[in-house]
Amino acid sequence: MITTNCPLPFNDTDCVLMAHGGGGRMTHKLISSIFYPAFRNPLLEQDHDGCVFPVETGRMAYSTDSFVVDPIFFPGGDIGDLAVNGTVNDLACCGAHPLYLTAGFILEEGLPLSDLTRIVQSMKKAADRAGVQIVAGDTKVVERGKCDKLFINTSGIGVVPKDIHIAPNRVKDNDVVICSGPIGVHGITILSARESLGFETNLKSDTISLNNMISGLLTNIEDVHVLRDPTRGGVSGTLNEIAQAAGMEIILDEASLPIPDAVRGASEILGLDPLYVANEGLVLVILPAAEAEKALTVMHRYPEGKDAVIIGRVSDTGNTIVKMKTIYGNYLIIDMLSGEQLPRIC
Amino acid sequence: MKYVDEYRNKEQVQSLVRAIRKIVTHPWHIMEICGGQTHSIARYRLEEMLPEKVKLLHGPGCPVCVTPIEIIDQALELAKRPDVILASFGDMMRVPGSREDLMQVKAHGADVRMMYSPLDAVELAGTEPDKEIVFFAIGFETTAPVHMMALKEAQRRGLTNFSLLTSLFTVPPAIEAILSDPECKVNGFLTAGHVCAVTGNKEYYRLAEKYKTPMVVTGFEPVDLLYGIYRCLLQLETGTYTVENTYKRAVPENGNPAARNLINEILEPCDQEWRGIGIIPNSGLQIRQTFDRYSSRTKFNFHPDKKDIVSECIAGKIMRGTKQTTDCPFFGTRCTPEHPFGAPMVSTEGVCAAYYKYR
Repeated sequence: MITTNCPLPFNDTDCVLMAHGGGGRMTHKLISSIFYPAFRNPLLEQDHDGCVFPVETGRMAYSTDSFVVDPIFFPGGDIGDLAVNGTVNDLACCGAHPLYLTAGFILEEGLPLSDLTRIVQSMKKAADRAGVQIVAGDTKVVERGKCDKLFINTSGIGVVPKDIHIAPNRVKDNDVVICSGPIGVHGITILSARESLGFETNLKSDTISLNNMISGLLTNIEDVHVLRDPTRGGVSGTLNEIAQAAGMEIILDEASLPIPDAVRGASEILGLDPLYVANEGLVLVILPAAEAEKALTVMHRYPEGKDAVIIGRVSDTGNTIVKMKTIYGNYLIIDMLSGEQLPRIC
Repeated sequence: MKYVDEYRNKEQVQSLVRAIRKIVTHPWHIMEICGGQTHSIARYRLEEMLPEKVKLLHGPGCPVCVTPIEIIDQALELAKRPDVILASFGDMMRVPGSREDLMQVKAHGADVRMMYSPLDAVELAGTEPDKEIVFFAIGFETTAPVHMMALKEAQRRGLTNFSLLTSLFTVPPAIEAILSDPECKVNGFLTAGHVCAVTGNKEYYRLAEKYKTPMVVTGFEPVDLLYGIYRCLLQLETGTYTVENTYKRAVPENGNPAARNLINEILEPCDQEWRGIGIIPNSGLQIRQTFDRYSSRTKFNFHPDKKDIVSECIAGKIMRGTKQTTDCPFFGTRCTPEHPFGAPMVSTEGVCAAYYKYR
């Protein structure tokens, strides 16, 4: 009997190895066993350096976003659905129907393949819900410690229907600001999961694709001026950007802000302000006051918009700031954050 | 939200404002001691609800703001050592030392961790036995017991790689320093409810009597603050001066003896420098010699690279109540939260940052 004592390399592994990024068989195996089965579609399967697809005439929207969230799994989602929903929502907020996404993965050596599989599966699920296809991708592996488990970049394109014009400079005096749901949920969920703070909330991240609801809104309401998802920087950061770009003052009404008790409570304990906390499944809609009721009726039909409320209005005062009418009837300036929110000691 | 909303209740706030307006006949200056109270006053714009004659002055009760620059430099020096992990509360991260802050040294490779509790630093000491874990233990009588609890826990676990870089202050000597300043404008004090929850109210009777000044133990929500202001004004208008506890839901007359025992067991009073104010006798707490193996100052040799600090910051005068934020020519122009001249522009407990944010 012929035997060989020649040591053979291990091909089966339960975690990401540097070899998975080498461009050889291991890379191919990673792609064919994890990415392809999940994302399978004819455009992806062109097996090319990129993806070729037909285009319509008209206007397209194009956006990109990178995801580095820690922890990668959290109540209500993971870095995978976050990465899909984030770019889908950015496109939807341009007024576009999102069509195709690309996904770039930077994997840390040692990442369990079961984690990667779970994340890719949840990207697939999020893409299906949003009705988009992942048509191209890239994988790189870096040494342990050179990134934190995995980072994902997604970019995407979508088609903007003919009569849709969403831009901050369309904001008009007396427009109203609608918020599609509870404020601060994602950020507080991540923080509670990240800091091991020893208290539990019933909060789950609000990460969800908003393009179906936005499409419903744009079909039914003629004159939507601005759509923005208040992710990093929170509601306050986003409204400040709009106020500056539009050259208008935005006045929030504290009593109408939909901040869940769990977010308020956690923010009190952590010394944070919910208006600056990140959201992932929220959209701020600015439109003429006359359209507000109709818009709310449309949004309430979708699970992601069932709690939509008017939170403020626009005023052409010559100031480009965000103010808040407090519950006592006086006014506070809601400024943009200078850096990151630092928890208070007391 | 229970235990919060009832103390932010609009009708209660309005009725207290009416009651205050009814009793005020003279101009008065009232100082709230605690940075948490300053933050609430700015956040809820309580000052503009008060009659013109009542002015609030904002005291030195923000530990981030009064920690001397030398101690911040010590923290920075320790953070830069390769064998040290420096853990700190969040709002200490951006307070400027003489040349840089903790965020900057972190970006250059120092291992600086933001924590909510010193007990997390004890945990870290257990899991990182080859590193020295230094917790930047700042605070007043409120926070000191928590730091001491961490020290005790490190002792119980036999951890030798855990120490505290302390910057601990006590309130009554600061009140006495303010009241004995010839320029003092303060007619009455709202004492810091959470400090009294530990210390009890005893020391304040002596101060009220000696300086003939009302001392009202006050909470942190709008209703608490306005009620404290109302009771303080009532004393001022009737010419009385005593200690009144308007925050009984948190402050028993005798405070928290267990927390106090812990402080007394491990810490002893010392003369302490307050940033912007100077040295106030017996206003600090330092680790006793019997526990000095847990003191970063004993454990490490510092090489302070002392710089001449030219500060245009008038925070000290503001915290003593002799100047107001609006008196500072740099407020909101050259001194902003992005480019703070002094610590009160950094911490949200700091008077300048609170005013800037909610101006």
